[in-house]
Amino acid sequence: MRGHTSIWFFSGILLLCYGLLITATGLWELVHPPAVEPVLWQLHAPIWWGGMMTAGGLFYTIRFRSHH
Amino acid sequence: MTLALAPAGLLAASVQHSLVRLSGVDIAVIAIYFGIVIYIGFYLKGSSNTSEEFFMAGREMTAWIAGLSFVSANLGSLELMGWAGSAYQYGILATHWYWIGAIPAMLFLGIVMMPFYYISRTHSVPGYLHLRYGDGTRALSAICFALMTVLMSGINMFAMAVVMKVVLGWNLSFSIWVSSITVAIYVALGGLRSAIFNEVLQFLLIWLGALLIPILGLVECGGWTNLKHQIATRLGTTDYTHLWSTTAHFKDNPMGIHWTGIVFGLGIVISFGYWTTDFLVVQRVLSAHNLRAARMSPIIGAAFKMCVPFIVILPGLLALSVLPVHLVPANVAAATGQHSYNEVLPLMLVRYCGPGLLGLGVTALIAGFMSGMAGNVSAFATVWTYDIYGAFLNRKASDSHYVAMGRWCTFIGVLISVGTAYIVQHAASIMDYVQALFSFFIAPLFGTVILGMLWKRATKAGGFWGLLAGTCTAIGLWVWVHFNPAALRYVALSPDAKVMAEDMYRALWSWLVCVIVTVVVSLMTQPRPESELEGLVYGATKLPEEHDDHWYQKPIVWASVIAVVFIGLNIIFW
Repeated sequence: MRGHTSIWFFSGILLLCYGLLITATGLWELVHPPAVEPVLWQLHAPIWWGGMMTAGGLFYTIRFRSHH
Repeated sequence: MTLALAPAGLLAASVQHSLVRLSGVDIAVIAIYFGIVIYIGFYLKGSSNTSEEFFMAGREMTAWIAGLSFVSANLGSLELMGWAGSAYQYGILATHWYWIGAIPAMLFLGIVMMPFYYISRTHSVPGYLHLRYGDGTRALSAICFALMTVLMSGINMFAMAVVMKVVLGWNLSFSIWVSSITVAIYVALGGLRSAIFNEVLQFLLIWLGALLIPILGLVECGGWTNLKHQIATRLGTTDYTHLWSTTAHFKDNPMGIHWTGIVFGLGIVISFGYWTTDFLVVQRVLSAHNLRAARMSPIIGAAFKMCVPFIVILPGLLALSVLPVHLVPANVAAATGQHSYNEVLPLMLVRYCGPGLLGLGVTALIAGFMSGMAGNVSAFATVWTYDIYGAFLNRKASDSHYVAMGRWCTFIGVLISVGTAYIVQHAASIMDYVQALFSFFIAPLFGTVILGMLWKRATKAGGFWGLLAGTCTAIGLWVWVHFNPAALRYVALSPDAKVMAEDMYRALWSWLVCVIVTVVVSLMTQPRPESELEGLVYGATKLPEEHDDHWYQKPIVWASVIAVVFIGLNIIFW
């Protein structure tokens, strides 16, 4: 879209924020396990899911950042 | 497309404590989402100054953005939660609403119908009817659409508030006002462009928030084959994991449905009616920046739509195997305090997701609700401004006047929706009537539009009387069964048919009546000269040649790929 920051940039920012937040929460839980663990907690989904979101968010943020 | 959720029952079933307890991280995830959508509204305000920008997003959208927005406008949270509940209740049969109930129609829209919508440069579906059939048909369709859209928005708003109350324990008014004010701000500021941007974000969020459930669920079950065995062992039947093999008779499957109803009622009439003539979704495709993008958008949407059962139907099936509790219908849940079918998705979310991921899942649900509301409100503003106000009440206003009207309409539409939400809160049965009314209009409208596009002989009078007769037929059949349930054996061809089967056959009959009346009246009235049909009808329109550099740029190639995958999936899960 002419003259606008791309929607993909906003998507990247959102992914990046969420990815960092969720990964950090996952890492925190490694040290301080929750009182009630979700099923399959031992797979540490927040760490790898948050990590993938962070990587995807970084890619989209850089790739679609505004140049003007 | 169809709401399977019963919010009133869900409200009654709400337990004293909520299903989900949010942590600080979860609240932060939700707050970030609200911050970004409002920022986008303010950011895009400067680029929605003309009516073309405000109502049609400047017709600048790429195929990917229009395609994601096209499928996202339909992917509301009620839809997700309702169909996940239906999968728990009826098994894999619920997938038909995502595959045969969507894919063929979306491909048909892209390949056959889109050129006529796009070349005619219409702003809306009623706008196309105006060009093809004149003011009478336009007025009938525009008034019905505007009224139903804004009422449906209110019903969805109420349903959202109920879900938030059950899942999170939030107050009804808090959910209604926070979501509606947010939507009003970003749509009134940025128009359709803002709605589309947020729909793309919502699409991402829904996948990110919901995808972990089937992944972790399949890990827990040990794969698809083990899941099928576990469901068969637990329920004592294999009917829940077959798409077609149990549909030879109404009694043989959990849904009480026959394959003719699925193929002709759902696959042809309801699906084609919704995906090709409901302006809520078609508006997204009309915003594409050229004809090729407009044709590719529904095809891209179809590819994603085909994947949706993975995050909706599969969690419902997984719940049949892994949930320790047995879910019950909403009315039973209301009486016993058990969990209802409609709570299956939040229950699975809580099962696998801790802080952070839980917030992401809840944000996906909120985003879905708000995006659906924004879609309704932006479509309402367009149809009101172009097809009612601009067409009949004030034809000669300036462009800036129409933009101002569109912004005010957005606020008024939201206010009417809020009012509807409160009315429904005190008279839940209204919700069923409005949902039924909405469905009455879609099937005959498809008959009117498709005849208008493909048959040069269709006349103004034929279009108007066909649409009116089809709509009246749908209403009449519904009233007949409502007051005399025994009439079901005639409407749905079997006394064993259930609600969904009745919907499909009612749509089929109303469509047939619309087509027959249109044809008969058209043959009895004076046809329009062919020169007036240029750009509107097949055979009277020279389609622009598309100069694709490579074979893989042709929409027909990708439509064929999607069609082959669609057929393959139906055979695999037969």
